[in-house]
Amino acid sequence: MTALVFCDQCGEPSDEGDHPRCAGRRKLEPPRFCPDCARRMVVQVTPIGWTARCSRHGERRSADPLRA
Amino acid sequence: MTTTETGILATARTQVLEEGIGLSEAQVLDVLRLPDDALDDLLELAHQVRMRWCGPEVEVEGIISLKTGGCPEDCHFCSQSGLFDSPVRSAWLDVPSLVEAAKQTAKTGATEFCIVAAVRGPDARLMAQVAAGIAAIKDEIDINIACSLGMLTPEQVDELAAMGVHRYNHNLETARSHFTNVVTTHTWEERWETLRLVREAGMEVCCGGILGMGESLEQRAEFSAQLATLTPDEVPLNFLNPRPGTPFGDLEPMAGPDALRTVAAFRLALPRTVLRFAGGREITLGDLGARKGLLGGINAVIVGNYLTTLGRPAESDIDLLGELQMPIKALNETL
Repeated sequence: MTALVFCDQCGEPSDEGDHPRCAGRRKLEPPRFCPDCARRMVVQVTPIGWTARCSRHGERRSADPLRA
Repeated sequence: MTTTETGILATARTQVLEEGIGLSEAQVLDVLRLPDDALDDLLELAHQVRMRWCGPEVEVEGIISLKTGGCPEDCHFCSQSGLFDSPVRSAWLDVPSLVEAAKQTAKTGATEFCIVAAVRGPDARLMAQVAAGIAAIKDEIDINIACSLGMLTPEQVDELAAMGVHRYNHNLETARSHFTNVVTTHTWEERWETLRLVREAGMEVCCGGILGMGESLEQRAEFSAQLATLTPDEVPLNFLNPRPGTPFGDLEPMAGPDALRTVAAFRLALPRTVLRFAGGREITLGDLGARKGLLGGINAVIVGNYLTTLGRPAESDIDLLGELQMPIKALNETL
């Protein structure tokens, strides 16, 4: 698994600060920022999953196949 | 029932449980002022009222955002306003994806699917998308369809009714006296007018709000009385989930006991209404919230994810309903 360069919740560099609030939020939030470039992603939440699209790095989906 | 029950709980037992008459604004305020050590008795009474006047069935619903973000309104709780520095970007869902979302919802066991758009009111393009989406869903799935598309014109109300939308959601959000602290780009009265039109057109009225937006106990009681005057078929109760970048982003989530006390108080004000647990319950009440709510006056839930945030896995709530021996309301039944 590739380490996140940017926090997908706040868009700040992952290695700057602890991001405790972001870590807590991640359980109930889809990603908002591309972890590769920090661009805001277009996110669609569905009843059992989510998709998040970065204009540069493409689409990500919720990991659990039952939730996408 | 405790042997020493007195005061507002004793009054509510007679007035609401036995006679089916909802509590007044002043009485709801008395309930909201009950101490924490009376909470268990209050929740038990609210549960008895729900079972007596609504029955054991639970209405299960899934929701989907058809049009996300970019809203011109300034509802201070909402991450989808285009006026705030929120990380939520605009998105449109195409019809095949909408149908897939309805299928996902039906698979959970839900019998209600609500299509939501972040708009002041629908334009012709959105109405066309809704019409195409509903037709496609009805071709493939047997599920009740509700909509929440903001403020409507009389013509749009008629169009939605003709599409087969059986229920329309439009929340008043909070007490009339608190509304201008929450929204400034439209009025509480404009929302009320849409609700009036919806009822006139024969659709069911779904109207609730968000608790924990800085309102006082008096304003919570006021809100319950205003909802009781409206007599909606359903009242969804959300708890503020403070959204980054919004004016309410730094508010603290409502305390769990306050949330449960308010749920029970609203049940005592609205003994026959579908009272739905909606967004924010995971933040406010944690994993135990669903159980406590369902045993404290709630008789409907949104399962799975919300519009822009994630919820508990739908199967967790469905399993809980089985454990509590609360059957899911069958399709097309009216509670």
